[in-house]
Amino acid sequence: MSAATKPASTEAALTMSGAEVVLRALKDNGVDVIFGYPGGAVLPIYDALFQQNAIRHILVRHEQAAVHAAEGYARSTGRVGCVLVTSGPGATNAVTGLVDALMDSIPVVCLTGQVPTHLIGNDAFQEADTTGITRPATKHNYLVKKPGDLARVMHEAFYVAKSGRPGPVVVDLPKDILINKAPYTEPPIAEHRSYRPQTEPDAEQVRKAVRLMKAAKRPIVYAGGGVINAGPEASRLLVEFVRMTGFPCTNTLMGLGAYPAGDQQFLGMLGMHGTYEANLAMHGCDVMLNIGARFDDRVTGRLNAFAPTSKKIHVDIDPSSINKNVPVEVPIVGDAGRVLAAMIECWKAEDAPQDTHVLTAWWRQIDEWRAKDCLRYRQEGKIIKPQHAVKRLYEITQELGRETFISTEVGQHQMWAAQYFGFAKPNRWMTSGGLGTMGYGLPAAMGVQIAHPDALCIDIAGEASILMNIQEMATLAQYRLPVKVFILNNEYMGMVRQWQELLHGGRYSESYSAALPDFVKLAESFHAKGIRVTDAADLDAGIREMIAYPGPVIADIAVAKDENCFPMIPSGAAHNEMILGPEQEGGVKGVTDEGKVLV
Amino acid sequence: MSETGNAQRAATIAVLVENEAGVLARVIGLFSGRGYNIDSLTVAPVDDTGRISRITVVTSGTEMVIDQIKAQLDRLVPVHKVSDLTMEGPHLTRELALIKVVGKGEHRMEALRLADAFRARVVDATTESFVFEMTGNADKIDAFCALMRPVGLVEVSRTGAVAIARGPRGLN
Repeated sequence: MSAATKPASTEAALTMSGAEVVLRALKDNGVDVIFGYPGGAVLPIYDALFQQNAIRHILVRHEQAAVHAAEGYARSTGRVGCVLVTSGPGATNAVTGLVDALMDSIPVVCLTGQVPTHLIGNDAFQEADTTGITRPATKHNYLVKKPGDLARVMHEAFYVAKSGRPGPVVVDLPKDILINKAPYTEPPIAEHRSYRPQTEPDAEQVRKAVRLMKAAKRPIVYAGGGVINAGPEASRLLVEFVRMTGFPCTNTLMGLGAYPAGDQQFLGMLGMHGTYEANLAMHGCDVMLNIGARFDDRVTGRLNAFAPTSKKIHVDIDPSSINKNVPVEVPIVGDAGRVLAAMIECWKAEDAPQDTHVLTAWWRQIDEWRAKDCLRYRQEGKIIKPQHAVKRLYEITQELGRETFISTEVGQHQMWAAQYFGFAKPNRWMTSGGLGTMGYGLPAAMGVQIAHPDALCIDIAGEASILMNIQEMATLAQYRLPVKVFILNNEYMGMVRQWQELLHGGRYSESYSAALPDFVKLAESFHAKGIRVTDAADLDAGIREMIAYPGPVIADIAVAKDENCFPMIPSGAAHNEMILGPEQEGGVKGVTDEGKVLV
Repeated sequence: MSETGNAQRAATIAVLVENEAGVLARVIGLFSGRGYNIDSLTVAPVDDTGRISRITVVTSGTEMVIDQIKAQLDRLVPVHKVSDLTMEGPHLTRELALIKVVGKGEHRMEALRLADAFRARVVDATTESFVFEMTGNADKIDAFCALMRPVGLVEVSRTGAVAIARGPRGLN
C-alpha cells in the first residue's frame, strides 16, 4: 500500500500540519461527520476542525457514547463511523465502545490523541498506553510516530475498518505529529501489503452446497449480521434465494431485517429468546445454511445437542469463524452477497430436481410448531405488559408509515423489541448483540438520527440501562435531535431479576432499581419532553404523543414488574428443551450447575 | 472435523509478518487472550530490507484448536502468511542452547566427554567452568541438560525452536 502512494504535489506536500492531514484524509475517505470530545492532546485537530466546513463535529458528553453513536451511524448507513477523542481518559472511556464494535463487526475509525512522541513512556499527564490497551479491543490499531506515515496510516485505517469482516480501528496520534508539518498523499489504489480478505467464494464449494440443499428434506436458512454488513443488495439476494428454494428462514439478533419479518417463510429470530418454530426447525433440520452468522452460544444452546441430525453449510467472510464452535461439512469463505449471488446462479444451473413433496411435509411440521403461538401474551387490566408496549409501538409506527429506526439498550426490553418489533429492511435495527452493552441504545440512536435527520429514531430502553449513558440527553438538546427514548420501566434490571427468579431461588440481589429519577422532570431538565404512562388505556395516546412531538422525548412506560421474557432456552439446554412460558418455569429450575456456570 | 475429536497434537507454525511495532504483542496477545498454549516462540527479521519477520511458534491442541490458531493468526492485519510445518510435510526443527557447567576434576572430564558425544562446542572456558553451545531439536537439548545436571549444570539459555520445510519449496 505504502509503495503506491505519491505526494499530491511536492510543494503542497509540506504546507499542511499533521492535524490538517488528518482532516483531509477523513474527507478523502468520505467522512462527513465525526463524534468526539476535545482534550489537550487533540486540540490541534479541534483547531483545524474550527477552520473548515467539510466535516461536521458532534460533541458527545462521554467518549463511550461517541463510539456507540459512530456505530449507530455506521449500522444505519453501511459507511464507516468516525470518532475523535483525547489521550488517556478519552481513550480509556472509548474502550467499551470499541469492544462493542469489535464483537458486532461494525466499521469504526477512532482517532485518539496521545502525548508528544518524546514523552511517550514517561507517565506524562493524560498518558495511557492506548495501542496496548486497545490491541485486543480493535480489529487493528496504529501509533503514528513519524509525520511521513500519517497519511498512509489514516487511509489504511479506513481500508481495514471496512474490508473483510468490518471492525473498529484506532489511530493514536501524538500531539507533535498533529502540530508539525506532514506530507499528504491521496488514498492509495494498490492492494494492502498483507491484509487481503477473500470475498469471492470458491465455485466448487458453492456447487457442493447447492447439491446438498437441493437434496434437503428439512432445510433451514439461518442468516446473521454478515448479510447486513454485506449491504442491502445481499439482503435482497437472501430474499430471492429463500423464495426460490422455498426454504424456511430464521435470523439472528444481529441479522434482523436481513429477511422481511412479515414474510410467510420467516420463522422469526432464533436462539435463547427466539421463537419456538425457529429453534425447533434448527433442531430438526437435515441441511442448515448458515450465512453470515457465527454459531454464537446464544444461538446454539448446548453444543453437543445442537442440530444433531444436520449437515451444515457455513458462509462467512472470516475464516476463523468457520469450525470455531461448530464443525461444518461445507465451509464457504466469502462475502455474503457474493456467495448468495453465486448460489442463486448455481441453483438455476443445477438440473437435479427438488423434492417439493418432502418440503411440503417439513412446512406442515413447522406450521404445527407455529401454531403454539409462542409469543402470545395476555394484556388485561390497567397494568401494561412490556410485550404489548413494544407491539403497539410497532403497530403505530407501521400505521404512520414513517421511516423508522430502532435501537435498544440491553436486557429484557431488548429481547422484547427483537421479538415484537418487525423489521422489513436491513440497517433499521441497532442493538448490542455480542458484547451486550447497557447504555448502547441512546447514543446509537443519536448517531442514526444524525445520519437520517428526517427519520423516526426510537431507543427502546430499560430504566436501568438508560441511566448508563443518560448524559447524552444534552447532546440531543444541543443538536435538536428528535430521538425518542421509550423506556419499559419495570423498576428492575429485568433480565438479572429473571435469572435470579429462575436460577437463584428468587433472591433478588441488587437487581432492584432503587432511587430512580423522575424521568419526566429529567427529560424536561435536558430540554426534552417527558411523558409517563401508567395505564394500558393511555398507552396508544402516549406513543402517538411521543412520535408527534418534534423534539427529543423520554416516554416512561410503567410496565408489569415481574414479567419474564419467554420463550427461553435455559443455559446449558438444547433447542428442543425450550421453555414457552411461566407454566413451564419448573423446567428452568432443573438447570444443573453445569448449566448455571454459563452466562 | 468432528472425527478427530479430542486428540492433542503439537504443531510448529511459521508466521511471516510485517516487521512493525507491536506485531509480536499482537501474536502473543492472541495466544493468551484465547487461551492457546505457547511451548516456544522465536522471532527475527528474515528479509534483506528488514520489513518481514518470521515467527516460529510451537503450540499444541486438538485439531480444531490448531485450525483455529492458524485462522486467528492469519486474520491479523500485519500477517502475510501462516504455515503449519507439522502438517505440510517433512521439516527441520533446530534450537540453539548455551549451557554453563561448573566443576573440577573428574566432573570436568565427564562434561567434556558428554559434550563431545552430543557434538556440543566449548565456547567459553575457565579453570572451573565451561559454556557449551549446541544445536539440535528440543529433545536432544533436553537430554544433554539432563546428563549435565549431575556433573555441574548451573545455567541454560535456549532460543526456542526455529523450523523450515525440507525440499525446494519456499514459504514466501
